[in-house]
Amino acid sequence: MINPTASSQELTANSCELTAKIWQLLEEVTDPEVPVLSILDLGIVRTVKVEGEQVTVTITPTYSGCPAMNTIATDIRLRLLAEGITQLTVHNQLSPAWTTDWMSAAGRAKLTAYGIAPPVDGTATGHVLNLFGKATAVACPLCGSAHTQLVNQFGSTACKALYQCQDCREPFDYFKCH
Amino acid sequence: MDHPADLQPAPAAIAHAPTVRQQLFEFVLQLADTSLVLGHRLSEWCGHGPVLEQDLAMANIALDLLGETRSLYQYAAELEGQGRTEDDLAYLRPATAYRNPLLVEQPNGDFAHTVVRQFLFDNFHYHLLLALKTSPDAPLAAIAEKSVKEAAYHLKWSSEWIIRLGDGTAESRQRLDKALATLWRYAAELTMPTATEAALQDLGLVPDYRGMKPAMDAHTARVLAEATVPAPQIAPFAQKGGKAGQHSEHLGYLLAELQYMQRTYPGLTW
Repeated sequence: MINPTASSQELTANSCELTAKIWQLLEEVTDPEVPVLSILDLGIVRTVKVEGEQVTVTITPTYSGCPAMNTIATDIRLRLLAEGITQLTVHNQLSPAWTTDWMSAAGRAKLTAYGIAPPVDGTATGHVLNLFGKATAVACPLCGSAHTQLVNQFGSTACKALYQCQDCREPFDYFKCH
Repeated sequence: MDHPADLQPAPAAIAHAPTVRQQLFEFVLQLADTSLVLGHRLSEWCGHGPVLEQDLAMANIALDLLGETRSLYQYAAELEGQGRTEDDLAYLRPATAYRNPLLVEQPNGDFAHTVVRQFLFDNFHYHLLLALKTSPDAPLAAIAEKSVKEAAYHLKWSSEWIIRLGDGTAESRQRLDKALATLWRYAAELTMPTATEAALQDLGLVPDYRGMKPAMDAHTARVLAEATVPAPQIAPFAQKGGKAGQHSEHLGYLLAELQYMQRTYPGLTW
């Protein structure tokens, strides 16, 4: 807790400490749809601001309609509340728009281990004129084969596409680039 | 739409004169109504798609549009400043207050009909968002920056389906031709500016649709050529009026379903 009679110097030190602690706590908040990923792995936390006792966490949606965003905001609130942080605002910031480039290396490794192919860098959208173009080459997260095929650009959630491995024949999700 | 009590839209810095603010409110509302109505239409396919993958695709596109709708209604509510919420704007306005163009409220018909409606909209939507990204109005630019990435996937999807259906079997071709003949005349309204749109275009807050037309037309020509379909030759009149609140009979039925819960149980929350 912050001592109300503390000098401004002490206050700043306290704020820095609290900010660092909040970043640690956010590591424990996970994506409800891909529970192996923390929201830091996903790269959706933009800023943590501490002003006195008022804390503002700014997050950015992966996809506009992602239904997990409200759950994530609630989970952040509950996790911080458990540590006695009650004055919290969670902001939803659209710009700069989230990109899969912000996903951490640790997050990508966790995704593969979980059976979801991580985004292949440099293959983001904007290629609308590339009709029937070659689909992104994605390695099968199960057998590692590069011999895979895009089944559907739209998958089980807004952030995934559906692929199938041509060698082990398993269908799998691909966290599509954005 | 649920109430995201824990998730607040980032505060927007708005410094427009009252008249401009009113015009922006009307424009943002028009975009929101458009995405909501088309998203609802697509969601009607859920569980009825021709194959599972396309059922999923349409549900995903509907979800993207709904996400964009929420950002737009939240911003519209903020611009209006009368205490209305995104839910009030979506659920408690009559059909005559809706400002979506007629195209998006047209019924689904068969899959070809839905694909043509989607293609005509996506081609406009994608190019609009691309241009809106650089609008001096920061909140609107932010929504466009976010949504254009999704709209790119939508346009790719509907463009490829136009080509498949046109260059497919005799049956798919006949269905595509019929859908094009029916819906082509609804496309013009998308790029016919209302007085409000024209005023905002003059201020540079909204892109001039004439500047977007060459890219839109080039994309249409390319897709139709690959589909081996000649551009429809249709009498040069446009079906219009939706953006002025004059709707086809279909919108009332759509809203009756969409607004049912809030009309029947006012103030209901999950």
